[in-house]
Amino acid sequence: MKDCTLSDAVLVNNYIKGDETALSTLIERHKQRIYSFIYSKVFDRDVSEDIFQDTFIKVIRTLKLGKYNEEGKFLPWVMRIAHNLVIDHFRKGNRMPKFEDNGEFSIFSIISDGDLNAEKRLIKDQVEEDLRNLIHELPEDQKEVLVMRMYRDMSFKEISDKTGVSINTALGRMRYALINLRKVIDKNNIVLTN
Amino acid sequence: MAKFYFMSSQREEKQLVPRKDTVDLILNYSKALSVIDYKNMKFEALLN
Repeated sequence: MKDCTLSDAVLVNNYIKGDETALSTLIERHKQRIYSFIYSKVFDRDVSEDIFQDTFIKVIRTLKLGKYNEEGKFLPWVMRIAHNLVIDHFRKGNRMPKFEDNGEFSIFSIISDGDLNAEKRLIKDQVEEDLRNLIHELPEDQKEVLVMRMYRDMSFKEISDKTGVSINTALGRMRYALINLRKVIDKNNIVLTN
Repeated sequence: MAKFYFMSSQREEKQLVPRKDTVDLILNYSKALSVIDYKNMKFEALLN
């Protein structure tokens, strides 16, 4: 691989600047160590693959969002993320009830998996976070009405009582809040759909 | 489902690497993810 002589810190820096091959080199360099570490804890190839994948999704998001500040300590940082995800895995396992399929009765015949899959859950979280950030940028009076209506499920009558403005004013603020949100979304081509 | 760990566990540990599919998925996710800066906010977008 062409970047095999570069240090982790340089590769991380290159990746942050947009060099996608730097990530490939980093994964190639450390995958065995990280994967073995995960496998040594969970002893399951499929679970190890999932945790390895989640570890790097976290790494990628952190690096691209500019939140990484541990130059020169890339591997220990990734190992810590993997370690935390392993702990999450075992915590989740303890909370989940276990059923044994003994042939007479299959739990899957009555329980369907209505949950979103991993990708959709990721998108849903992202959309919700983006929307929260957008709402945060609204003028205070519009934000107040929108939060009461959409997040606290209050009626416009209740909003009017609480804020001390007329129902029409509250309605107007809600309308402008939505118009302003749409404007910012259109202007920046932000996709808020799952 | 029964699992038997006593078979060849030592041999397996030497070559423990993630599947190529997993690595490819990570690299594709990285290529698809773009972060849009707007004022003081950062938006993530997955572009396929």
